[in-house]
Parts: sequence; structure tokens; C-alpha cells
Amino acid sequence: MLVSIYRYNPETDQTPYMQDVQVDIPDGKDLMVLDVLGLMKEQDTSLAYRRSCREGVCGSDGLNMNGKNGLACITPLSAVVKNNKLVLRPLPGLPVIRDLVVDMSMFYKQYEKIKPFLINDKPAPAIERLQTPEDREKLDGLYECILCACCSTACPSFWWNPDKFVGPSGLLQAYRFLADSRDTATDQRLADLDDPFSVFRCRGIMNCVSVCPKGLNPTRAIGHIRNMLLQRAT
Amino acid sequence: MVASVTSLGRSGLYDWMVQRVSAVILAAYVLFLLGYFVATPDLTYADWSGLFANTCMKIFTIMALVSLSTHAWVGMWTISTDYLKNGVVRFLFQGFCGGVMFVYFVWGVQILWGL
Ligand code: SF4
Ligand code: SF4
Repeated sequence: MLVSIYRYNPETDQTPYMQDVQVDIPDGKDLMVLDVLGLMKEQDTSLAYRRSCREGVCGSDGLNMNGKNGLACITPLSAVVKNNKLVLRPLPGLPVIRDLVVDMSMFYKQYEKIKPFLINDKPAPAIERLQTPEDREKLDGLYECILCACCSTACPSFWWNPDKFVGPSGLLQAYRFLADSRDTATDQRLADLDDPFSVFRCRGIMNCVSVCPKGLNPTRAIGHIRNMLLQRAT
Repeated sequence: MVASVTSLGRSGLYDWMVQRVSAVILAAYVLFLLGYFVATPDLTYADWSGLFANTCMKIFTIMALVSLSTHAWVGMWTISTDYLKNGVVRFLFQGFCGGVMFVYFVWGVQILWGL
């Protein structure tokens, strides 16, 4: 199989380039893209990429594979390879540190902005803050996010304004805390989002939904935030 | 909160509402005019000026003009903050758009009252 892979080492390369590598895939096996990267690294140890859990839990091996973002460890070749060719690029829109490794600071800054922790101004109870099963259910489809950045780096609005638009991942988390019955800072959180960029740069293109490896739906969460903002204003 | 330099309402929600409300008004206006054209196949100058002499029509037209200007402004402002990264170029572009919108609006009002 032919793998065309994005290479860039700022210490030796003037500009990034695509390198074509022939990789022998063992017969009768549907390898994951991460396994292919492993085979390639055996041939060329200078190849750099991130990975950790290798089972779609840590969110560190987000890549652009044949044009679509996803996690290399849970994407089988059969799902992405076309005409026996695989093009591997770093996540789009973020600065490249080396090869497939990108600088995620901008992404994390947006995450930090939405205050991703429970705020409760009431005195802490002796054991723990309880929640009804119904209230807990509201967090399903939100808390599972692994911050892999596949969605935000597939979002054109995030490409153009990564410093101002929170992006699908951050907004999904913003809604996760807005929807939490134990959080008392709802109004402050909404006030922080009510500008023309943070939420309203979302154009509903839904690239985020189509790439999320966890099957989450940031666009729906963004719609909920918009409704909450609307209700707060009326 | 991200500071909004020159958006219309300084609130994303306000801009978002403006876009939706103005779109509805514009759609209603266009549909009304289309309906009018269909219903009046041989339109004369008298019909036309009679239509616009009606106060309701004047108000409707002013509303459509305001909607057009604000809708275009919010849209162009959004486009410029997406794609124009050079501050000076963006400012000139926004100034140009704002100017054109303003001229069209004043011009439209003049035509309406001149009829
Ligand atoms: S739906 Fe919104 S957040 Fe998701 S990719 Fe589109 S513009 Fe980005
Ligand atoms: S919403 Fe999905 S794609 Fe986006 S960061 Fe979370 S897990 Fe990744």
C-alpha cells in the first residue's frame, strides 16, 4: 500500500513536504492506521506522531486520514483507504511542531475559557452533591468527549478565528456544565458566551458531527446554548 | 467574552436575531411584490405610484430597506472578520460596506418620498 505522509522537521526542512512510502500490509489483516504508522516508524525512526492508549480513549492520535479527521488507533484501513492509497496529514488549522504533531495550545485555550469545572457557590455537603438520575441523564452525549480536537480542527469557523470562536469541542463542554444541575454559575457562563464570536461563529456546517470519533453531536449542544441565550434575553 | 469591535448589537445573540427577523421581512416583501406583479400583468405608472402612495406600503418598504441594510451589514461584517486578517484592509472593507449600505438606504427613502 502507498502511504503519502506529511513530513516536516523544523530543524532540517525549509518547508513541509509529502513523502511517499510503500508499506507492506500483512495479508488478511485489517490493520488500524496507527499500526501502519508503527510499521513506518520501524523503517524510519525520525517519524514523529502522538499516541498513547491505542484504543480510542486518550484522544492523542487525532489525524487527517485521506482528508477526514479521526483517531488513527480506531480507524481501520478498510474504512479510509481508497485505491490502495492513504494520505496522512496532521490535524488541519493548527501549527505543526513536527510531522504529524501539532501545537494544541489554541485548542486548550478555548477549553480553558469555558471554565470546564463545576462551580457551586453553596456550602459543600458532608458527602457529595447528589443528582437525580434524570438530571444525570442530561450529561449523556456530553461528558464522553476526549478532547481529541478532531472536530474543532475540521471546523472552518475555527480555522478562521481559532482565538475567538470557542469551537465545537469547547462548546460541547460549555453545554455540559450549563446542563449540570449541580452548577450554579449558569448565568455567568451564558454571559461569557454572548458575543458575536464565541458561539455565534458556528454556521451549522456540521463537520464536527461527521468526524467525532465518539459519535458526539457538538452542533446540537451549540443549538441548546443558543436557545439558553435566547431564553435568558427574553 | 470576546470584545466585538463593530458588530451591530455588540452581542452575538442580537446580531443573530437581527439576521433572522430581517430575513423574514425581506422574504415577505419580495413575495408580496412578486404576487403583485403576477396579479397585475399590465402594470401602469398609475398603478405603481398608487401602490406606493399607500402609507402601509411606505412603512413596509422602509422596513424592507432597514432589513436589507442591517442584514447586509451583519453579513458583510461577519465575512470580513472571517476572511480579512489584515486590520487596515478589514477596516477599509467594512467602511466601504457601511457607506454603501447607508447610501442605499438614504437613496431608497428619497425615492420613496419622491414618488
Ligand atoms: S456545526 Fe458549527 S461548530 Fe460544527 S463544524 Fe460546523 S460551524 Fe463548526
Ligand atoms: S467532541 Fe468528539 S471530536 Fe470533538 S474533541 Fe470531543 S471527542 Fe473529539
